[in-house]
This record gives sequence, structure tokens and C-alpha cells, in this order.
Amino acid sequence: MHLAYPAVLSALLFCTGLYGVLARRNAILVLMSVELMLNAVNLDLVAFDVWLSKAAVETLHSGQALTLFTIAIAAAEIGIGLAIVLAVYRNRGTSDIDRLRDSAEGPDDDPGPGDAAPAAQDTEKAEATT
Amino acid sequence: MSLAAQTHGFLSPTGVEIAFLLVGLVTFGAALVSVTTRQLVHAALWLVVALGGLAVEYLLLTAEFIAWVQVLIYVGSVVVLLLFGLMLTKAPIGRSPDADSGNRWAALTVAVAAAAALVWVVVDAFRATWIDLDGAAAGSTKVTGASLFQNWVLPFEALSVLLLAALVGAIVLSRKAKATAAASSAVADAPGGRAAKEEVR
Repeated sequence: MHLAYPAVLSALLFCTGLYGVLARRNAILVLMSVELMLNAVNLDLVAFDVWLSKAAVETLHSGQALTLFTIAIAAAEIGIGLAIVLAVYRNRGTSDIDRLRDSAEGPDDDPGPGDAAPAAQDTEKAEATT
Repeated sequence: MSLAAQTHGFLSPTGVEIAFLLVGLVTFGAALVSVTTRQLVHAALWLVVALGGLAVEYLLLTAEFIAWVQVLIYVGSVVVLLLFGLMLTKAPIGRSPDADSGNRWAALTVAVAAAAALVWVVVDAFRATWIDLDGAAAGSTKVTGASLFQNWVLPFEALSVLLLAALVGAIVLSRKAKATAAASSAVADAPGGRAAKEEVR
């Protein structure tokens, strides 16, 4: 098999995940896109490992070992990420990352249209829970 | 590899290549739908198709063990976790008009530029490289296990410590919210209060 097939598919999947990370608003959808990016890297690792295990004289199968490690770390990441998203949702009542602007720097005086009312509710909720 | 490259041709793809191409098209299409659909649950379900397609690609690359690990962990647990997360955050069933943020055109520009650059570089770099899929499978369970427990034992054990840390971290993140919920009954009025208790339970 030509090596370009898995490499190109991996690049396209990575860029799809990149678009999802940048364009999505819901935090869980952002986590899904991160999973897509990790899977693209996994496909590249496996393809290059299969190529090198036949082309090289001696191989450590490092690509497949790293793929297994990446899968395990991705599972840990999704667990922690979902725990954080759920904690944020409990405190703030939303999982839209556009509205979590507490640590944002810059022009605080002119929030965007529609941001003022939910922000006020959110701070009220945060104070009520503490 | 140069000798192998002489015997191959672009215009005579093998059966494995055709299968890889078709499954790759399905995978890429499912990934595209997953990041662009406006129905949140459908995004998770299309992600299942994309991850399953990747498992088939691993099988076509003769990496059997990785393929089954992919099916078990990603399709089996990660997607279920994501669906539970969507349910616990009360994701709207049906179309939600604000699934994409305002910077989607900038994101599209960045993604298309990155895709063009990556595809160009990768195709240019590996134009004459061929994977030899004949012979013994490169990623059978025996080979993978042997290499994992001969050469990669220390990272493997470190990974188990990391998983333990992640487990403890997730429990701590969940229990802290439960303590505040027990302290003040006001959290029950919050939209996520009931879901939080169910999740902790």
C-alpha cells in the first residue's frame, strides 16, 4: 500500500478535528474534536510503524506502543475533561465555552450583545453556590 | 524500498488500497458531519462511525491488536462517556442553532490552510514510499505484546500510575461539587443540580 493513503487521511482527519476545536461552542463537542485529532495521530503512528517494521532491520514497534499509550492517555483525558465540564455546568448552568469569560482580559466594559444578561445570571449563580 | 516502488504504480491500485480508500472516505465524511452537524447527539453518533472506520483502517494495515483496542476503548467507552456528558449537561435534543461559535469562518480558514499544507508536504515527502503488507502481520497480538513487555515496560507502568491519578482526579472533581451541594440547598435550584447528584451517585 502506498504510504500516502494513510498519511493523507490522517492529515485530513487532524484538520477536521482542528476545525471542530476552533468552531464548536459546546465544550463536549470540543472534546469530541480533540478525540478526532488524537485518532488522526494514532493512524499516522500505526501506518509508519507498519512501514518501518518491514523496512527497518530491527524495530522496537515504537509506533504501536505509542498508539496504545495515546489511547490510554486519551481515555484519561476524556474522563478528566468531562468531570471538569460537568463541574463547570453545575456551577454556571452552561457548558458553552463562549460564555466562560471570567478570566478574559481586554475590554471588559463592552461585552458583546447578549452576553450581559447571562453573565449576570452566572455570577449570581456562582455566588449562590459558594 | 526503491525496488518495491518500481513494481508498484499509481494506476494499478491493489485491493487493499481500494478498500482503504473507500473506508477512508467514509471515515472522513463521518468526521466532517460530526464536527458540522447542529444536532449534538448526532455528532456523537457520527463520531462512532468515524472511530469504527479508523478501526477498520487499522485492520487493513495489519495492526489487529490496535484495532480491537480502538473498538473496545473508543467505540465502547469514550463515546458512551461523551453521550453521558451530553445527557448530564442537558444538551438539547434536535437542532440547536448555536452549536457553532461566531469564529467558524476563521476556524474554517485555519483548518483548510492546515489541511492544504499538511497534505502537500506529506504527499511530496512520501511519494515513493510503499508499505509492504505481505508476510506476517506487523501488529498481531503476539508481536505487540512482546515488544510492549520487552522494550516498553517502564512507560507501561508509568501509564498505570497516570490512569490511577486520573481516576482519583475525576473522583475529587465530582466529590467537591457534592460537598457544596450538601452545604447549601440552593444548588438544587441550579439547572445542573439534579444531574450533578445523579452523576455523583
